[in-house]
Amino acid sequence: MRLTLRVWRQAGPEAEGFFEEHLVEDATPEMSFLEMLDLLNERLTLEDKEPIAFESDCREGICGTCGLMINGQAHGPQRGTATCQLYCRKFSDGDVITIEPWRSAGFPLIKDLVVDRSSFDLVIAAGGYISVSTGSAPDANLSLVPKEAADLAMDAAACIGCGACVAACPNGAGQLFTAAKLAHLNLLPQGQPERGRRTIRMVEEMEQHFGSCTNHRECEAQCPKVISIDFIAMMNRDYRKARRKERS
Amino acid sequence: MIDLEANIPPGPIQEAWDNHRFNVRLVNAANKRRFHVIVVGTGLAGASAAATLGELGYRVSAFTFHDSPRRAHSIAAQGGINAAKNYRNDGDSPFRLFYDTIKGGDYRSREANVYRLAQISNNIIDQCAAQGVPFAREYGGLLDNRSFGGAQVSRTFYARGQTGQQLLLGAYQALSRQIDAGTVTMHTRTELLDVVVADGHASGIVTRDLLTGEIRTHAAHAVVLATGGYSNVFFLSTNARNSNATAIWRAHRQGAAFANPCFTQIHPTCIPQSEGFQSKLTLMSESLRNDGRIWVPLHGGERPPDQIPEDERDYFLERRYPAFGNLVPRDVASRAAKGMIDEELGVGARRNGVYLDFAHAIDRLGAEVIKARYGNLFEMYERISGEDPYRVPMRIYPAPHYTMGGLWVDYNLMTTIPGLYAIGEANFSDHGANRLGASALMQGLADGYFVLPVTIGDHLAPMLGRGEPTTDHPAFAQAEAQVRARVDRLLSIRGSRSVDWFHRELGRITWENCGMARNGAGLQQAIHEIRALREEFDTDVRVPGEGESLNQSLEKAGRVEDFFELAELMCIDALHREESCGGHFREEHQTPDNEALRDDERFAYVAAWEHTGGVPELHREELEFQYVQPAQRSYK
Repeated sequence: MRLTLRVWRQAGPEAEGFFEEHLVEDATPEMSFLEMLDLLNERLTLEDKEPIAFESDCREGICGTCGLMINGQAHGPQRGTATCQLYCRKFSDGDVITIEPWRSAGFPLIKDLVVDRSSFDLVIAAGGYISVSTGSAPDANLSLVPKEAADLAMDAAACIGCGACVAACPNGAGQLFTAAKLAHLNLLPQGQPERGRRTIRMVEEMEQHFGSCTNHRECEAQCPKVISIDFIAMMNRDYRKARRKERS
Repeated sequence: MIDLEANIPPGPIQEAWDNHRFNVRLVNAANKRRFHVIVVGTGLAGASAAATLGELGYRVSAFTFHDSPRRAHSIAAQGGINAAKNYRNDGDSPFRLFYDTIKGGDYRSREANVYRLAQISNNIIDQCAAQGVPFAREYGGLLDNRSFGGAQVSRTFYARGQTGQQLLLGAYQALSRQIDAGTVTMHTRTELLDVVVADGHASGIVTRDLLTGEIRTHAAHAVVLATGGYSNVFFLSTNARNSNATAIWRAHRQGAAFANPCFTQIHPTCIPQSEGFQSKLTLMSESLRNDGRIWVPLHGGERPPDQIPEDERDYFLERRYPAFGNLVPRDVASRAAKGMIDEELGVGARRNGVYLDFAHAIDRLGAEVIKARYGNLFEMYERISGEDPYRVPMRIYPAPHYTMGGLWVDYNLMTTIPGLYAIGEANFSDHGANRLGASALMQGLADGYFVLPVTIGDHLAPMLGRGEPTTDHPAFAQAEAQVRARVDRLLSIRGSRSVDWFHRELGRITWENCGMARNGAGLQQAIHEIRALREEFDTDVRVPGEGESLNQSLEKAGRVEDFFELAELMCIDALHREESCGGHFREEHQTPDNEALRDDERFAYVAAWEHTGGVPELHREELEFQYVQPAQRSYK
């Protein structure tokens, strides 16, 4: 396969960025998209040029490290798929493909296609947990969790923290990421004691870093785990409830 | 110089851990904040250890080369975590889990450690459920279980096909709580490049900031390595691309004995390689073997699977191992599949796979049930292979997956360097020569949540009053200078081949000679080839860019350089172990029906290697079996 890549290059946070064009002639349909970039980087290295910086780790769609804007779509054209699970067979011989980093104020650029997503860690640290110190837990089967609640919590907990939701959003909102963690914990009996406090803290931390949600639904459409925006509604309801309770 | 005192507590094994916890020295609650502990790695073991040490009141500095602790490779574990809860009423108990693990490890692990692991397994499930890990439930609200290889009871707890992810997020969230509370200081995108040993004691580490290239030293009262395994020595493995052995290898060079490096696990159910430039292999959870049946065409050939009648299929695991069938342990399943492919019975375009077929299960249970159990795995398979496993059998082949070998540790999880601990996959401790499925998550969390936070106190308590650790000792400046020199050297070679090219070559040599089957001549040849390749690397590797910014080629170069030395030690270990056991299969040592042939007379020991700069020196920790009598493993 012959693919023409227009790749965003930027030496550092303060440097000026630009698109650089590369022709990859030896891609195959069985190759993953990132392997195709590996191939290009191998060539750049031998030509004594700086390889394109991009991140990936598990390459099986679970660690959330990878994330490229491919032709304007977070993680590319295949629904419910992280960049590392995208294969060249999804493209056609002769295609021109534009590759950009996540672009959002909440994710400052580091180099080329690498961005800083540490704001997500700050949101989790602001209450995205159940406080249970090691050793203090009762027998696991003492607390019953209805199967429906456990399944729905798992749907939300499937979030891989890649940041596609923020990158896809015209406002750069962090709602889907924050709501997914809140739903995971707030749906479970174990999560009830801290429910209100957790919701307020995480929402307020989120607002420090990200834009506001205006219901474009791009986050859900481009989420590699297809996490539902229903969880955002749940977060908004929990937030209002918690605020009301705080005032009364 | 190396002392392999395992510090196994005296008395009956059932009481050993309780007695030990009573006998270890404790640090008073108010004094814990006087101690500073460094934890390197934030996977299941590292995150759970850092969180728990923080909860106890220690001051913790945690390090990861990832951009967030949540990225660690534990996240990719799919199938589940074992515990001896006996919720199924099917005859399980801590003793049975202990027995299965010792037997599964082919009698090459330490009884006391494994018994403790089995005991603690139940606490882990309690802890994780309380944290909100969304384990699978039955309609009554109780926890569900499934079966895994090497056991005849159903003791595996799971969260769909994402158990590792959910357990890691639980540990990451516990860690985040401590970061929020200020007990843990988190250093992301910071890679360990050396361990500092001052006056025979682990005193700190040297790190490189992956964004700025800044190299600096950190001092602490104790250093904990939770940096995972070394399967990427094979280049193609199921490990994440960045998983590496630099931390444990640097510790080994500083004096920590490396135990059983040749004990590596090849996982039977991975997607076969499809093209030459492939970057990694993808695992399909062992849980698939609950319902999938493994077969090859009896006479080989090119026919598609739906045109091969039942009587021309060889369900070779069910035929050879009727008692365990498709659920034999990993080493046995992998070798059997390799045997089929060696006999040219492989399937797929490259003839490099065997079928894992769900047709019978779908007929029996319906596609919906199969989808509920394995839906995400089926999707993953389809994305990678382009084939729909609901209609066409999956093709699978074994791939490097886990390393049982690692830094030698005593019962306290301390290495041969005082003050240096290794936990999780980074140590050698509990799995012997073969790990059972769903036991890695169990061990990582047992070490991190429950064992290390207790045993480390025994080491710290006597240090009370000695003051804040500093980087003033000359060992720090010396280690830092060596790290700088190494970075400069790698950048200055400017040769003609990429780091990945060398890694790929190293992987090929190691896989061909020290992979699923090994023999004396092949291993000797491999040692020779690895040395030659290493020399070529030193003169011909090209690392573009500079050291003062994000430079992924430079990161990889250091890791691959360490893999060269580790690969050589693996081959030396495999060559010296003139027996077959677990994942270590020496072709010279097999039974007439091709099963592994152990030699307990000569090799019932842990091989702990000391780095000398020249020929590594072998030290032996003899294994004593008082509770499980070693026997020829049989799954028939």
